[in-house]
Amino acid sequence: MSSVLYDAPGPRARARNRVLGIITVLVVIAIIGGILYKFWEANQFAPSKWRVFTFPLVQRTILEAAGATLSAFAVAAVGSLVVGVLLGLGRLSQHAWLRLPCLVIVEVFRAIPVLILMMIMYYGLPTIGIKMEPFFAVVIGLVLYNGSVLAEVFRAGVQSLPKGQNEAAQALGLRRTQVLWIILLPQATRAMLPVILSQLVVVLKDTALGFIVTFHELLYYAKFLGSSFTYGSPIIPATIVMGSIYIVLCLALSGVAKLVELRLKRGGRRVVPAASNVDAGGPGGGGGAAIVLPSTQKGG
Amino acid sequence: MDVLINNSDLFVIGFRNTLVLFVFSAIFALILGTIVGAMRVSPVGPMRMVGTAYVNLVRNTPLTLLMFFFAFGYPKLGLPSIDYLQLAIVALSLYTATYVAETVRAGVNTVPVGQAEAARALGLPFTKTMSLVVLPQAFRAVIPPMMSVFIALLKNTTIAAGFSVQEAGAIRAYASERGEPALVVLLWVALIFVILVWLLALLQRYLEKKWSLTR
Repeated sequence: MSSVLYDAPGPRARARNRVLGIITVLVVIAIIGGILYKFWEANQFAPSKWRVFTFPLVQRTILEAAGATLSAFAVAAVGSLVVGVLLGLGRLSQHAWLRLPCLVIVEVFRAIPVLILMMIMYYGLPTIGIKMEPFFAVVIGLVLYNGSVLAEVFRAGVQSLPKGQNEAAQALGLRRTQVLWIILLPQATRAMLPVILSQLVVVLKDTALGFIVTFHELLYYAKFLGSSFTYGSPIIPATIVMGSIYIVLCLALSGVAKLVELRLKRGGRRVVPAASNVDAGGPGGGGGAAIVLPSTQKGG
Repeated sequence: MDVLINNSDLFVIGFRNTLVLFVFSAIFALILGTIVGAMRVSPVGPMRMVGTAYVNLVRNTPLTLLMFFFAFGYPKLGLPSIDYLQLAIVALSLYTATYVAETVRAGVNTVPVGQAEAARALGLPFTKTMSLVVLPQAFRAVIPPMMSVFIALLKNTTIAAGFSVQEAGAIRAYASERGEPALVVLLWVALIFVILVWLLALLQRYLEKKWSLTR
């Protein structure tokens, strides 16, 4: 796509590009090297700082923390999908008494930062006598926010379908619910699958917010290890270890999203690329321009 | 209402710092993101690779983790000490820049191929093709998604509350010390965020209309 922007390079342009390429590589090496040197200079690579990760108990606790992160993610992901479908269908309803509340819920919960939602659950509700574990505060916060974002995704997916699908289904005598559940929703889900999966990456990333509401996930344990004086306060090694686990998990899920997109595209399906999900790990925007649909009406 | 009025000092400080985080991070993210976005469409292979690696890596890093590193790790490195607010701005900028870069790149890709081809046929070099022909057109397509990125940034500033920055997300902690009910305080914070996001969304719609493309 981008190769249209410039001509095929001739000998002089090739030489210049090579020089620019070498400069880029050198700058990147200098930056990474500089960071590593600073780590080394601050004695962060000393074996004593990393010894703690060889203890079986610490390793087991890291696994448990990763398990806590993953279980919060799993529950929140399923919950978000269910809430997303229900709210999305609610927004498509023909009945105003159903459509309007769903609209309000979606717009409000997309506009409140996830962290504030979690704080309302964890710090706010106990003042009216509802106490809950941090796990549930994290999960409910994630479900409310991501469910609302996914509702818009499902709605956009249904609306992107060719009109004929709806009309043909109605002509066959299917009821409105049947049209939605049997005809429109499956197609919308398939078209939107990359966007849905990339939204699940957002869910996974946002479980890290649980750290702030004392949910015992990976970062919480990194802080705990990092401030244990007996092991030399290895906060940077702990961040590197836990951070790598987080990044690997997210990269894997993003990879799945990419793979699904390629497979669907190869199958000649109409599909909305994951990149059109601009939910920057917490946005979505109150606007409605959150999802940019490519011009449809091609396949169908 | 009483809670809001009696603690208006906390709310003012909190949301002022939120806006400081938002404005500075938005500016830095815009600059860095445009550079990275340009790298991702440049003719130089290593530049494209570096841009892609940066975007993919940071996009798949939780913002909380970035802030965690800057708040707890950075002070251990013996570098010039900067306060938590500035560290939060660095983390927010680095994170948001990846989304800005992707938006810029997507915007460049919306410009029809013929435009760049015509510019090249006229003999314009890459820099002029971009600055005179492609980017002015991409700019219009970029406005709505870019506003979504900034709305996200505004909401993401709350994460700094977990790392010793006295901004909107931290109002609850300070108000609780005064014995205010946490739920009411948090609901006020949430309401103010809804209003702020709604204002940004209005601006987004206005700009979208003003610069909308008929193509």
